[in-house]
Amino acid sequence: MTTSEKKPLDRQTMCSRLAMEFEDGWIANLGAGMPTLCSNYDFKDKDIIYQSENGLIGYGPLAKEGEEIPNLVNAGVQYVTLRPGSAIVHHADSFTVIRGGYVNVTVLGSYEVAENGDFANWKTPGRKGGGIGGAMDLAVGAQRVWIAMEHVTRDGKPRLLKRCALPVTAVGVVQRVVTDLGLFDVTPEGFLMREIAPGYTPEEVQAATEAKLIISPDLKPLKVT
Amino acid sequence: MKNKVLNSFDEAVADIPDGATIMVGGFGPPGLPQNLLGALIRQGATDLTIITNRGDQTSAKANTGHLVELRRVKKVYCAFSASPHPSQASVFEELTESGEMEAELMPQGTLVERMRAAASGIGAFYTRASVGTELAENKETRVIDGKTYVLEFPLHADYAFIRAFTSDTFGNLQYDLTQRNFNPVMAMAAKTTLVEIEGDIIEVGGMDPNNVHTPGIFVDRVIKIPPAPEGLWTLPSDGKP
Repeated sequence: MTTSEKKPLDRQTMCSRLAMEFEDGWIANLGAGMPTLCSNYDFKDKDIIYQSENGLIGYGPLAKEGEEIPNLVNAGVQYVTLRPGSAIVHHADSFTVIRGGYVNVTVLGSYEVAENGDFANWKTPGRKGGGIGGAMDLAVGAQRVWIAMEHVTRDGKPRLLKRCALPVTAVGVVQRVVTDLGLFDVTPEGFLMREIAPGYTPEEVQAATEAKLIISPDLKPLKVT
Repeated sequence: MKNKVLNSFDEAVADIPDGATIMVGGFGPPGLPQNLLGALIRQGATDLTIITNRGDQTSAKANTGHLVELRRVKKVYCAFSASPHPSQASVFEELTESGEMEAELMPQGTLVERMRAAASGIGAFYTRASVGTELAENKETRVIDGKTYVLEFPLHADYAFIRAFTSDTFGNLQYDLTQRNFNPVMAMAAKTTLVEIEGDIIEVGGMDPNNVHTPGIFVDRVIKIPPAPEGLWTLPSDGKP
């Protein structure tokens, strides 16, 4: 490999890599921001049911500008479209879907993930307030909690840690993380790196990671198919 | 059946005293009671406690964030008390940082379930959301079937401000799409529920009971939103009479 091939993964590739593993008929809740890119993946004949905290079940793509339906938004307050078979419930019932274990996967953004499955995504240093939204309910209620985030902070500090430094959103719930450097599973022994951004070496990824990585014997370049 | 229709938003909010606790519905623009909030801003009540998804927003023409900016709110119960980036910090955040206003932050599912508990006569409930986080510090926990839960208490209110699409004169309500969000739960949880209506207010008997989302027994005052510019609407396409 030449160094010219070496660049961090773009956000769509990161999210598509997670979306590749969604199964037909899954109910998915995508966090605001980067995780919504999962819905751009071409699922072919797989049917994915998107669920949103504000009670919307089974919505379609974003509405085109000028064609917004005034009372139809997702949890990111984006104007979306209806698909045949959509349903709408009130907020308490929506959190029955979330806490009750009906959501097959949630993909959330995060500031930090620890090797014990803790993650922190609601509060930044030095501020009294935060933004929780539905994240703490999704974290304990969804069958799978997957995280999509950059591997390091803007200042180059690692986000895959031994223990979270920021206040946690939930403890021991994260199962999988995609970053711009690779795909990692949270195992009882720690982060298992299964796939790596093309052009990078495991040593380079380890150097950008605080936690000790376990390198899969089957380590492959991360590729969207 | 009692006719609950009032002709003006100012009349609808006239009796709200200083110190009242008010639930404010809506999630984003859908279901946001902008006209009731606008009337409350004119009315002048202060020292308010607000229960709402997020209290910092000033994006609509009238929103909870405007009451906060006027220093008329003493406490907000919410699921968002800061924007993701310090550069977007609002007056809401300045006031909570300085201690002038209190914000009690909690998971969104806990927020709505605390309202539902108040509505339903439930004394408290256990949830797994927030277990192991700083929000659960000093709260009672219990292990049930091997999982840890945290005890949460009801949130009551004097008033609920909500928006719906159609009402009859008794206050049976139908919501349009995601306008529903918190609004049915707030209508049941508050002592007095005020509703602004986007569509029609019809005669009693005109609404199919199969399709009533909020029964009129939970509703006290119903007001039709006038066409823009007098009435506050969200999107341009939304304000057409």
